[in-house]
Amino acid sequence: MARIEILLDRCNGCKKCVSVCPFSAIVVENKKARILEGCTFCGACVNVCPFGAILLEKKEREVDLSSYRGVWIFAEQREGEVMPVTYELLSVGRKLADALEVDLSALLFGNNLREKAEAMLDYDLNKIYLVEHPLLAHYRTGPYAQAMVDLARQERPEIILIGATSIGRDLAPRVATRLRTGLTADCTDLDIEKGKRNLIQTRPALGGNIMATIISPHHRPQMATVRPRVMKRAKPNGRLRGEIIEVKPNFAKEDRMVQVLRTIKEENEVEDLQEANIIVSGGRGLGKAENFSLIRELARLLGGAVGASRAVVDAGWIPSYHQVGQTGKTVQPKLYIACGISGAIQHQVGMRTSEVIVAINKDPNAPIFNIATYGIVEDLHKFLPILIEKLENEKGR
Amino acid sequence: MHIIVCIKEVPDTEELSKVRINSRTNTLIREGVKSIINPFDENAIEEALRLKERYGARVTVLSMGPPQVDRSLKKALAMGADEAVLLSDKSFAGSDTLATSYTLAMGIKKIGTFDLIILGKQAIDGDTAQVGPGLAEWLNLPQITYARRIELDNGKIRAERSLEDAFEVVEAPLPVLITVTKEINIPRYPSLRGLLKAKNEKITVWTSKDLTLDKGRIGLDGSPTQVIKVFTPKPPKKGEILSGEISEIADRLILEMKKRKII
Repeated sequence: MARIEILLDRCNGCKKCVSVCPFSAIVVENKKARILEGCTFCGACVNVCPFGAILLEKKEREVDLSSYRGVWIFAEQREGEVMPVTYELLSVGRKLADALEVDLSALLFGNNLREKAEAMLDYDLNKIYLVEHPLLAHYRTGPYAQAMVDLARQERPEIILIGATSIGRDLAPRVATRLRTGLTADCTDLDIEKGKRNLIQTRPALGGNIMATIISPHHRPQMATVRPRVMKRAKPNGRLRGEIIEVKPNFAKEDRMVQVLRTIKEENEVEDLQEANIIVSGGRGLGKAENFSLIRELARLLGGAVGASRAVVDAGWIPSYHQVGQTGKTVQPKLYIACGISGAIQHQVGMRTSEVIVAINKDPNAPIFNIATYGIVEDLHKFLPILIEKLENEKGR
Repeated sequence: MHIIVCIKEVPDTEELSKVRINSRTNTLIREGVKSIINPFDENAIEEALRLKERYGARVTVLSMGPPQVDRSLKKALAMGADEAVLLSDKSFAGSDTLATSYTLAMGIKKIGTFDLIILGKQAIDGDTAQVGPGLAEWLNLPQITYARRIELDNGKIRAERSLEDAFEVVEAPLPVLITVTKEINIPRYPSLRGLLKAKNEKITVWTSKDLTLDKGRIGLDGSPTQVIKVFTPKPPKKGEILSGEISEIADRLILEMKKRKII
């Protein structure tokens, strides 16, 4: 168990440690710092203390990790189609495998996927573990977790990457818990600590207000889910000719399983927000629900999707699957146009990593302008119709 | 029927805007940020209460954290939960999602039998969505994540599970663990009567001594992941305010989009 202690004779109550503590776990009382129960022993305070007044002891564990080698990525498929996030994992997986000088392998689970596996071999990987079984045709937590755990126990990879999708975020914690290993959610940056072979995982926390870098130094495999649309997509190059390894899964009869009765497609008229290159979002500045037609019109012209702030979703102007922000969706399009959205932090954390942000708001003090690439201080009811007209003329040309 | 709802106390969403950056040291100032029940966990409480009203059930709310979390548990009692249990011990500090789900699982084992465990889909501070499935694994239960609608039918649960561009209709026998999205309901406010009643109710507090625990699985020792660095994201590049006649601004915007090959 780690131990942290304030050396009271050295502490002068300067509060430097209080401001760096990511967990608000330090208070200063009577000019002396005191560590609260929320402390995770991260050590941020130790580094910043000018007086060396904070003592942190961490017990190092001795574990033999040398029998774990190789980088794995989970090739997510839905209805037999390999999902885009798979190619993003292949590119970051290749970078990590090269840094570690080990093989990159993909896990493809499903039924009748031989052709898809053959096609994936063009993507510069060493092995594809193809696990086929009728129970794996569509994602189900039980059989997928079983297949992955069995393979990982047998082959002992040092890293497993999974897309942070509704499937990946259901599967990864189940597998990591059964393997009793570390898992970091929703990573936006991955790297290797050479020598120690640690996976350096960086992810946003506290709604994007801070970034945290995380390692699992004493456990293997190191597992991470990776946020979609952050990593570059791998391109086929055929440089390497890998092999397909067929694996027969061994499923015990599971009678307490969750049955999927049917899958129903939704929001067909709306492009999936998280896959859209362009998003036009509306907020309270629209004035009333009917005015969303302006947003829809602009989105249609640009070939984009429609987003919304929490305020208008709560007001019932538009269904919640359009909501961008902390309690809605996190998006990262090439272009995000915020119309009549003030840009509370709650909204910003869902869209601030968009490539280009255009903000239209008649309040020059709206916080959205702090993060906008282009700010337009105008009444959207005057500006949008003119923009729409001009874009229509462009198209007509 | 016995329903257990697991909740987490988190910094208030609205208050996150009060989090400021000290530009000199490039660090966060979080003093004075209030705590609330994780919003998705309020949906979990609400759903348990609706099931209770519809089918009859006892609802136990469980949390892990420092002693002050009893405020959040009191609120859950005021909303209508029957019992509240807090797992609180210095040795739980520093738990990552693996250690947290283990400790909660051991708390649930002590609580006893149950038919349903409900959690919010994720907590808004960590956003990991890992404790629910982890807990299901420790308890060897089937799981349904991202549920936006649930109903009970003959000892089975039927749920709609949200995917990115679709939803699944799934069915599972009880007991089962479910995580819920905010679409599932609108959480109620505690009634005045509920608040008065909760005021006098006692929260059961269990320390590590009250649970049967493997010491190597709790707190920092039970946590494979270690946070080694925390930093503020790069501030976005300073933007440009487009000014002039409306028509000129629109032309300029279209031009910029073309230059960037967006349109």
